[in-house]
Amino acid sequence: MAQATPALPAGISLKGSSRRQRRERIVRGLFLGAALATIVISAFIIETVLVEAISFLSAIDLSRLTGIGWFPRRGIFDIATIVIGTLMVTVIAMLIATPIGLASAIYLSEYATPRARRAIKPVLELLASIPSVVIGFFALTLITPSVIKPLFAEANTFNMLAAGIGVGILTVPLVASVAEDAMRAVPMSLREASYGLGARKKTTSLRVVFPAAISGIVAALIIATSRAIGETMVVAVAAGAPQARTLNPLDPGGTMTSAMVQLATGSDQVTGNSAAFQSLFFIGLLLFAVTFLLNIVGDVFVRRTRQRY
Amino acid sequence: MSTIASTSTVTAARVREGLVNSRRDTLGIVFQVILLLSLLASLVILLVLLADVLSKAFPVYADRGIDFLTSPLSSNPDKAGIVQGIVGTAILALVVAAVAFPFGLMTAIYLEEYAADTRLTRFIQVNIRNLAGVPSVVYGLLGLSVFVALFQSLGMGNGRNVLAGGATLAVLVLPIVVITSIEALRAVPIAIREAGYGVGASRWEVTRQLVLPAATPGVLTGTVLALSRALGETAPLILAGAVLGSFSGLSIDRLFTGSYTALPVIVYDWSRRPQEAFRADAAAAIVALLVITLFANAIAIYFRNRYEQTW
Repeated sequence: MAQATPALPAGISLKGSSRRQRRERIVRGLFLGAALATIVISAFIIETVLVEAISFLSAIDLSRLTGIGWFPRRGIFDIATIVIGTLMVTVIAMLIATPIGLASAIYLSEYATPRARRAIKPVLELLASIPSVVIGFFALTLITPSVIKPLFAEANTFNMLAAGIGVGILTVPLVASVAEDAMRAVPMSLREASYGLGARKKTTSLRVVFPAAISGIVAALIIATSRAIGETMVVAVAAGAPQARTLNPLDPGGTMTSAMVQLATGSDQVTGNSAAFQSLFFIGLLLFAVTFLLNIVGDVFVRRTRQRY
Repeated sequence: MSTIASTSTVTAARVREGLVNSRRDTLGIVFQVILLLSLLASLVILLVLLADVLSKAFPVYADRGIDFLTSPLSSNPDKAGIVQGIVGTAILALVVAAVAFPFGLMTAIYLEEYAADTRLTRFIQVNIRNLAGVPSVVYGLLGLSVFVALFQSLGMGNGRNVLAGGATLAVLVLPIVVITSIEALRAVPIAIREAGYGVGASRWEVTRQLVLPAATPGVLTGTVLALSRALGETAPLILAGAVLGSFSGLSIDRLFTGSYTALPVIVYDWSRRPQEAFRADAAAAIVALLVITLFANAIAIYFRNRYEQTW
């Protein structure tokens, strides 16, 4: 290669001015620095929750992690209470978001005309952009008194059913948009083959497109589950505060996230190095670990769809 | 039916009927209607939500009008206003934009224009995707133990100020800015860059003079969307020290170092109060919050549709 390069006339260099090269190097370094800062953020998050969570666990008697309920100020940190609350709210949310979200996705991907899609998708985006505290207010002041109380007279003003429904409403647009992307990625030839065999639209949608897009659909549900677990304000507003351990969705209660908000607010406000304050970081660690795992699994499923076709 | 000839006649007739007569596909229509109803459910929920909030907020604005927007927080629901929330949210927006936009855009430019496909690059990409999925309340912990502690050690009171809150929100939405900016940069055709290199431009010159102008609408759309997400966030602010309940403040000299609150924090505080009158106030505060976030979103969606380029 070096032999093939013709010699340049004396006095001409293709290296360019050294000032220009220095500028290039500085700019590149700046951008690399910004990109590396995102890793620093992750490191700080992990370091923060890990250090405080470990000092929490080493400071308290581990038997305090089970008890009659979540009463951090009395030194009772029954993790099961808030884990059960989280599971309850997440299951209710997914029972709502899965059918509505997937049906919306099938309609948008297989049935809607391009014009209809252009009109409907912004509506879903607007719904997705409503702050979660507003959905919480909606759950507390409309869903509980107008929907839940007439059906279940014994329901508390603050209850986890309303919180679950609110979180479900919040996750519908997420399920719909990720699942729709997956179904639209299914090649047209599969649909044409199905029609060629005489299948109808419904059969083609459910038996051909849906199974072909199943990786992306599973990913949509996993990502939505992770989002539901991490959702905070809907639960903090609509379900009150975590108290005694309960399995009844009509009782007030709390999730891991809402327990964190309660710890940081109002009568429960705790500061300094008390065990209650550090329990905040212990929950944070659990939450981070669970959502991290779900997101990784969801990511694997998303990429599997992309690779297939 | 017993002979081959008649069987083939029947078959032929059936095939002809299947091709010519279109029987109504009842099941298919029912299915389609169910799908459409599910989709419309979201629309109905959105409308009911807006109608509900507006009807609850209407008396507050009808009685007090502009007074509600300009009054400070109070423990008396008939006097309480949201001016501190509006100011807090506005400053938070400035801080978030000032931090998240440059950092996000620089990261996106590095990943899309500069970085080779190395292990480090891939690690950064995976890391950003994971950051996007971390629950917002966890960022509150980060804000509390990093930013609040930082501003405290800098001698800015107890560190629970609007700068700490803004930095927390900026970090929270940074992944969104990066991901949307990368998409915007990726949409610029490679031929544009090659044309630039062909006339001897350096990488930075190509990026700044050719790629960035073409990607600006997409980058701005993503930033505005991220901003509107940040302004609706409540939990990280509560953890990172936004004040619940009323406080006196808002003096200019302590704007950045004193106590602060934001609209969504006020909404949370008021909706859990026992007095019914605070519910109406909360609804009125929601209207102010929605006007800001929906307006930002509408702008972003408009920009995207208006400047969407197909190369």
